[in-house]
Amino acid sequence: MTTIDYKKVGLKVGLEIHQQLNSKKKLFCSCKTELFKEEPEITFLRRLRPTQSELGQIDPAAFFEFQKGVRILYEANKDTTCLVEMDEEPPHDLNREALETALIISLMLKAKPIDEIHIMRKTVIDGSNTTGFQRTCVVAFNGKVETKKTIPIQHVGLEEDAARKMGEDNNILRYRIDRLCIPLVEVATAPVIYTPQEAEEVALAIGRILRASGRVKRGLGTIRQDLNISIRDGALVEVKGVQELELVSLVVENEVQRQLNLLKIRDELAKRGVGEEDIKDEFVDVTYVFATTKCKVICVAAERNKRVLAVKLPKFEGLLKKELIPGVRLGTEMAYRARFWGRVGGIFHTDELPAYGITAEELDKLKRVMNVKSGDAVVFVADFLENASDALRAVNERAKETLKEVPQETRAAKPDGSTRYMRPRPGAARMYPETDVPPIQIAKSYIVRLFSHLPKLPKAYRIELKEILKLSDKLIDQLERSRKQRLFDTIVKTTNASPKLVAVVLTETLKALKRDGVEVGNVSDEQLIELFYLMGLGEVAKEATSDIIVWLSEHEGAKVVEAVDALGLDILSQSELERIVDSLIEENRGLLVERGEKAFGLLMGLVMKRVRGRVKGGLVSEIVKKRLKDFPE
Amino acid sequence: MSEKFPGYKGKALKMLKEVRAEIGDLIRVLKDEEIFEGVLIPRSEFGDDKHIVVKLKNGYNIGILVTRETKIEKIGAGAKPTFSSPPSPKQKPGLPIVAILSTGGTIASRVDYRTGGVRPALTANDLYTVVPELSDIATINAEILFSIFSENINSKHWSQTAKHVANHIENGAAGVVVAHGTDTMGYTAAALSFALRDLPVPVVLVGSQRSADRPSSDAATNLIGAVKAAADAPFAEVVVAMHETVSDKSIVFHRGTKVRKCHTSRRDAFKSINTLPIARFESGKIRMLTKSYHERNSKQKLTLKSVFEEKVALIKFYPSIDASVVKWHVDKGFKGIVLEGTGLGHVGNYCFSAIKKAIAENIIVGMTSQCVWGRVNMNVYDTGRDLLRIGVIPLDDMLPETALVKIMWVLGQTQDVKEAKKLLTENVANEFSSRTMLEEGEKCDDY
Repeated sequence: MTTIDYKKVGLKVGLEIHQQLNSKKKLFCSCKTELFKEEPEITFLRRLRPTQSELGQIDPAAFFEFQKGVRILYEANKDTTCLVEMDEEPPHDLNREALETALIISLMLKAKPIDEIHIMRKTVIDGSNTTGFQRTCVVAFNGKVETKKTIPIQHVGLEEDAARKMGEDNNILRYRIDRLCIPLVEVATAPVIYTPQEAEEVALAIGRILRASGRVKRGLGTIRQDLNISIRDGALVEVKGVQELELVSLVVENEVQRQLNLLKIRDELAKRGVGEEDIKDEFVDVTYVFATTKCKVICVAAERNKRVLAVKLPKFEGLLKKELIPGVRLGTEMAYRARFWGRVGGIFHTDELPAYGITAEELDKLKRVMNVKSGDAVVFVADFLENASDALRAVNERAKETLKEVPQETRAAKPDGSTRYMRPRPGAARMYPETDVPPIQIAKSYIVRLFSHLPKLPKAYRIELKEILKLSDKLIDQLERSRKQRLFDTIVKTTNASPKLVAVVLTETLKALKRDGVEVGNVSDEQLIELFYLMGLGEVAKEATSDIIVWLSEHEGAKVVEAVDALGLDILSQSELERIVDSLIEENRGLLVERGEKAFGLLMGLVMKRVRGRVKGGLVSEIVKKRLKDFPE
Repeated sequence: MSEKFPGYKGKALKMLKEVRAEIGDLIRVLKDEEIFEGVLIPRSEFGDDKHIVVKLKNGYNIGILVTRETKIEKIGAGAKPTFSSPPSPKQKPGLPIVAILSTGGTIASRVDYRTGGVRPALTANDLYTVVPELSDIATINAEILFSIFSENINSKHWSQTAKHVANHIENGAAGVVVAHGTDTMGYTAAALSFALRDLPVPVVLVGSQRSADRPSSDAATNLIGAVKAAADAPFAEVVVAMHETVSDKSIVFHRGTKVRKCHTSRRDAFKSINTLPIARFESGKIRMLTKSYHERNSKQKLTLKSVFEEKVALIKFYPSIDASVVKWHVDKGFKGIVLEGTGLGHVGNYCFSAIKKAIAENIIVGMTSQCVWGRVNMNVYDTGRDLLRIGVIPLDDMLPETALVKIMWVLGQTQDVKEAKKLLTENVANEFSSRTMLEEGEKCDDY
């Protein structure tokens, strides 16, 4: 990738950080703030009807979905859902614990609390809220966060989290409402971030303050960064749901790259002389071209009486396969549009064919049927006629946009740092008051009291880690990035394990194991605490850490002592160790005699192979030395 | 409080008046070196007099405490909320005419996102644009009867409603829908069931448990079901159309005399008591669930009997009730009393003499059960037998609320106590059912 001069392209980034709070209850009811993995105990089916604004305007994407008869199947269980989440009961009073946390975080960000908080309803009708709106409020404004420069915080908000999308089949979207209504704090910066690196630093700095409050949830999915990214000649694009801090700068880099490449394609199309009028909604049923095809996707579709519908994109040849960012081509962008508007599985285009079982002969025939001249591309889909038409209309729409500009849109972040089309950018925020919850006045005396007991800011915490626990700067940095500070604190407070060892395991070891494909996410905090507890007691050797974590990742919910048993890793007593050394000497007597002076190294190797992870370091060499000395020549 | 400044009073109101800022105006508030700009928003009536509410540019409302240091400036006049409708869908020709009478429940509404105001959609055109599906089902003839909360509806409103329904039917409506707040919809349904005799077409009451301004509202689905039934259903009875479960899958039609609101907030709050719903609307079709119903017959001549006697009371018995409650009703000239007794139809023996006196004064006293499900039987225990001897009329499996409405109606038809008692025990509008099947018990947990 060529280096980009971000100043020159006029990059502007604003962050919206959403952090789940670790409150006992949800924001407007008394359900647990937990997720469940099991099959749902409760399901129900709903439709959401777009409501009209004063201008009679309806969110076009929402209205489209409604017209398609999209329904939502909600999944729930009894622990995490009551009638409130089901939209079968009005919200209860705002959770005061969550409000206090939001105020504490606001004060830590030097923001000024609002005098009287008004809960609002923000219309969201993609199904992620059973009500069709998200309850949200501003609790403070005009804060700041210090990185290399001062970044203004526009506001700190408190809102309910949305339901989790579990999948969709045909016209039914599946959402799980365990997450719905978990309190979230939203921190929004001004769009004054000018490089990808800076975006990551700001996200890190805000994240540190959120965690320093000691009242937020930890782990994947509990913090989500939304990025508003724009460049001068491009468009404002909202990227939703960046879950890993390490991805922030990459997502920004990719987005800038994507927009720059889209502009290049625009210029190329202008050069080729393509006009909007060249792109026509003329869809041709080409099912017969693939009558004997070996292409699996088309065969399966044909069995269900679906049709193959094609459209010509004049002079687009070569551009559909043009990579915008690694793994994302213009064709990919069109495919996501087609999926959204046509609910199709994907699209085929001539830039990537022959492939997928489609032969050169079929391709030739298709081009003949579509009356393709050199330089044209063809896009086709296999689905029911209505879906296929909607999909191709969306492809054409995207093709026309390519001629003009970078489209404003909402995109979803993917784990690899790329993004995909999610939906058109919603119009102006559609908010109206939540009249079921009365406004809340914030007394000055309450703010003063909170202010006098604010948690230590990250800086003070760093000093403590460095001065008292003697951690290196590198380890402290790693700990901060790992978001395992709280677990670290708990372990250090409740066990006798060495703080340095704990820090190394929580950051480096876990990361290395993850890189090797170990599902470290399966290992719970409780298991890690138990592990360090046993280490602190001297019942597990630090050398056994990796093996135990690997075993635990494969045995969810198991006890660490079970891992120790299963792996045979219990610490050897001195006499047991002596017995092992003696028997190894006996077995290798000849060899040892032969080596003479160098026998120590050989014996150490043999012993360690047998007892690694079961003895404290140092003891082996001590015993080996002693026994060799006694060894009758 | 001020009409021009809804919710504002005291200090805040004074300041707003000083700068001549009105609701909807763009204002700037300076306070503690902070500046807020936004639209002045009405304040909740229950709010204090120290805050003003501003809608910021980002859409959020905030309340700002007014102190001596606060400065307010008007920086722009606000546009008044306008609710211009999108074009309504094309009306299909040849569809049956359905009258929709609204009494105040907002079955359809729009939101003004700028001020947060919610405006009900009441005209036929409004209804078409908010619920476009209606234009495929019927030609709508909309009429606004009242704009009141259902708890403020009384027997006079029942009479008026019955008359308007009758008018629409005489003018050729294929069915009538009455949009109603849910709280007392069961009472009105019973009242219309008695008042509209020999119905030629269906009369469908409909409401919503989630306000119509929200995307998840049950209002539109209920309304579509109600209009479909009014237009096409084979029955000609007074029914209540509401969600069958918490899913947006089916609407059921409950007989007007056998329906009760059984939950404060759920979509499926309405239940048929001691019977099953008579029909279901699902996937665009209406299916009858019973063979025994009054059939649609446009040739049938409707008889309107819309007079109700107000001096009737519903008294719930409870342990240690003061029997002088009954006496008070006698003294105040009440003509009928429905007792909501315990179990099979009992009240404490310390109430006997008061009840005896009431009956001696020619007051009709009927017995229902506070159990909600089941029928009274006053032959089983001594207390029941004593009450029968005193002259209390057992009202079998009639709902207490329906019994109240029925006595009001009966006494509106005749002043003669003997005749009234006879009419009370006759099955006029399926308020009695002689058989109760096992599945007709409580069914509140089937999602």
